[in-house]
Amino acid sequence: MAEGTNNIVKEVRRSAGGTVVALSGDVDLHHAPDLHAMLVQVAGERPSRFILDLNDVPYIDSSGVGTLVEVFRRVSAYKGKMVLFGLNDRVRSVFEITKLDRFFNICATEDEASAF
Amino acid sequence: MKADYPVILNIVSSPKSLPIVRGAVDQMAIQEGLSKKDAHGLVLSIDEALANVIKHGYEGRQDQPVTITLAPVSAPDGRKGISVVVRDQGKQVDPESICGRDLDDVRPGGLGVHIIRAMMDDAEYSCPPEGGMMLRMVKYASSDSAGE
Repeated sequence: MAEGTNNIVKEVRRSAGGTVVALSGDVDLHHAPDLHAMLVQVAGERPSRFILDLNDVPYIDSSGVGTLVEVFRRVSAYKGKMVLFGLNDRVRSVFEITKLDRFFNICATEDEASAF
Repeated sequence: MKADYPVILNIVSSPKSLPIVRGAVDQMAIQEGLSKKDAHGLVLSIDEALANVIKHGYEGRQDQPVTITLAPVSAPDGRKGISVVVRDQGKQVDPESICGRDLDDVRPGGLGVHIIRAMMDDAEYSCPPEGGMMLRMVKYASSDSAGE
């Protein structure tokens, strides 16, 4: 198995309400290319709600945030909704510093994200 | 009394080096008594600086040298802090041209410098005559920080 490949994506769950992608680990420059490839693949299925579970993401940097911005644009282009939930304080602070918290839909729980 | 000590990390310009640096910086921040919030700001800023070196200074080459020097310092008002020097041998750019972009322009990329300037108390780029770039930064304990 290639080292590190796709380990950043822990699980992909599809339902009528949308697709939940659960991430695991640091979302940084090292993992951003693999993450981008995986998320673009899921976006290609055009789920009505593209939900990202960040409960198991302890750290994110601007490479990771940039990856999510790029995927958000793809989802918005087909009129889908992209929703994030489960952000810890450190991860949330990166969205706040970059003022992307006003751009992304951020919820506390999966239930809230599913109903967004 | 705590002795002054520098920590010098020599790495190659691989993204795989970044989690190791983050761990070392976080440990030093804790040891120096920074709050978790301040430690995260320091870790994130150094991480962003290194990512910029890899992406821009070395244009993605992953075998080039980078040195990170960390040292405990004190602010004039007595607050503890950590100074950082990131030194590379990559492409030189005019320090005046290194600035964060307009955050109203929502797009990937260009956020690292904005994060560094937001998180650190000081950050200054220079072009040493020996080549490469140097980034000097300092992070002091926030006066309102209380453990978190």
